[in-house]
Amino acid sequence: MNSFLNANTELLITVVKIALLLFIVLTVNAYLTWFERKVVAHIQSRWGPHRVGPHGLLQPLADGVKFLFKEDPTPAGVDKFAYYLAPLLALALALTSIALIPFGPDPIRLFGHDIYLGIAPLDLNIGILALFAITAMSVYGVALAGWSSNSKYPLLGGLRSSAQMISYELALTMSVVGVLLMAGSFNLKKIIEAQAHHPEWGILGWNIWPQILGFFCFFVAAVAETNRVPFDLPEAESELVAGFHTEYASFKFAMFFIAEYTSMITVSCLCSIMFFGGWLSPFPASWRFAHYLPSAILIPFGLWVIWDGFRYETIFGRIILPGAGTAIAGLGAVFVLFPNVNEFIQGPFWLLSKIFVFLFIYVWMRGTLPRFRYDQLMSFGWKLLLPLSIVNVIITSFVILAKMQWWSAK
Amino acid sequence: MTAPLVVFFVLAALAVIGAVSLILQKHPIHSALSLIVVMIALAGLYLLLGAEFVAAVQIIVYGGAIMVLFVFVIMLLNAGVEEHTSISKMAGAPGLLLVVALAGFVAATIAKSTESVQAMPQTGEIASTLGISNMIFKDFVYPFELTSFLILVAVLGATVLAQREKS
Amino acid sequence: MVPTNYYVILSAILFGLGVFAFVFKRNIITIFMSIELMLNAVNLAFVAFSQALGKLDGQVFVLFVIVVAAAEAAVGLGIIILIARNRQTLNVERVDLLKL
Repeated sequence: MNSFLNANTELLITVVKIALLLFIVLTVNAYLTWFERKVVAHIQSRWGPHRVGPHGLLQPLADGVKFLFKEDPTPAGVDKFAYYLAPLLALALALTSIALIPFGPDPIRLFGHDIYLGIAPLDLNIGILALFAITAMSVYGVALAGWSSNSKYPLLGGLRSSAQMISYELALTMSVVGVLLMAGSFNLKKIIEAQAHHPEWGILGWNIWPQILGFFCFFVAAVAETNRVPFDLPEAESELVAGFHTEYASFKFAMFFIAEYTSMITVSCLCSIMFFGGWLSPFPASWRFAHYLPSAILIPFGLWVIWDGFRYETIFGRIILPGAGTAIAGLGAVFVLFPNVNEFIQGPFWLLSKIFVFLFIYVWMRGTLPRFRYDQLMSFGWKLLLPLSIVNVIITSFVILAKMQWWSAK
Repeated sequence: MTAPLVVFFVLAALAVIGAVSLILQKHPIHSALSLIVVMIALAGLYLLLGAEFVAAVQIIVYGGAIMVLFVFVIMLLNAGVEEHTSISKMAGAPGLLLVVALAGFVAATIAKSTESVQAMPQTGEIASTLGISNMIFKDFVYPFELTSFLILVAVLGATVLAQREKS
Repeated sequence: MVPTNYYVILSAILFGLGVFAFVFKRNIITIFMSIELMLNAVNLAFVAFSQALGKLDGQVFVLFVIVVAAAEAAVGLGIIILIARNRQTLNVERVDLLKL
């Protein structure tokens, strides 16, 4: 047993990391739906889920149980293989793309083994390209779902949706080329390190300032890729019944749902890594007090959760909420007391905060923006976004060439 | 049985099963899905050979664009289950024999060749992407520009061909 | 290390299967897909030899083959759509006369 462990430690560590990451991603998905419903509700001047558990926090659990117990009908005349394959494919591809994202630069040293945060190795030479490969394959989930349902509306919705995804894929990949030219590599770690050339600049060294056009193109194209508002005509309820997932009931629909939210998370990760410095802090490196920011956020939040728990009369309110609050405040205190843990947690903390901000922007857009009509959508993608991203590549290449030829090496 | 050899056999089996499934399936959409499986298996083989950029391009272009085009056309043309007439059944048996002879001849020639090409040890000096881009933009820049022209011609041709007649 | 012979033999097998699919199948689109299978088999041989010789020429050529295959697929599928529109069939045995 011990020799088996010793011989295959890397494999076992990876398997444990995969299981842990799957669990975390699925939980984050569930609470992302809660977050979306709450935020959209508050934008629309109502409360959102607030009955099932304090602040509606048990709503995702109730939804999950509903999905498990609902009847799962299969319509007649469907192409069985494609019908069952489509949600599996969508979910598998969405979850695989999370495996390629590095969550922090430093490893955890445990029993002499380095455990890096993130499943793919940090020196994967084709990081971004592999992510785009997975995004390219996710068109099949939508197209096969629409076609195999043997019904008019899903077919139309599926064809429209996959045509939209293919059109915006071109703008997506072209808009990233500017970042790749500046970093000189597809490797995600090197892209972040290229933004850390001047540690004193902090937020001014990030890729967002030279690549503002690229960021605009990338973000819009990514929102269109993930079929979210304002580009969600093919699956909007008022337009095409429910688009390509009309004929899918409880659990298969849940799979499409999870796939969509997971690709939202992946896009937020990519935006933060490529344009906003990934795990770099926005403060200059010499401001040491900024290292206490995680604790400064966690401790008051934990105390507020403890205080909030006492308002409720149920078990969840009286026991679990204060327990969770103590855990959060305790975590903040641990970061203050142990400096090396604090140093380790800086990278993941900043990356997770940026991902959270982008997810908030996604949900914010859902609550405020109206949808595009389909022909407006397609002409926007082909006639505006693609030429803009090509112009971005040309400008970036000229500036880099000018830097190399005329200005001394900065 | 080293690990690369095991991975090679798994991916090779996947590719051959996909190709056989392409032949045996009755509906074109299932043949298209089998071909996608073949392409992904081949991308895995390219990764095993150290050609990471080519593997990624294979999945993005072949698996994510060309096969999507095939799947779209099959869906739009509403291709049904295909029918086999007596002629095709007659051509099946001698065709199989001849193909086995062809593939067997090529494979036997390769397997028996005494001056088999020995794989050079992986030095890993130039990363695949950097080396390929150096070659494309320095040695092969003329074919590169010609292929961009070719794609333009293909796009124009496809647009013209698929238009409805103005009647 | 996997010997290069193994890759080339696999490439030959896939090429043979592609030829058989080309001859045996009756749907135009499936015949077209078998052409793509043959091109892929050849790509595998190119990359295998590129790794064996230590040069990158094979991989560059594979990129060009992929580009040409994409262009050919686009135009070929356009032609297939036209044939399907005019003859109302996708069976090659029904498209064997110039006369409609």
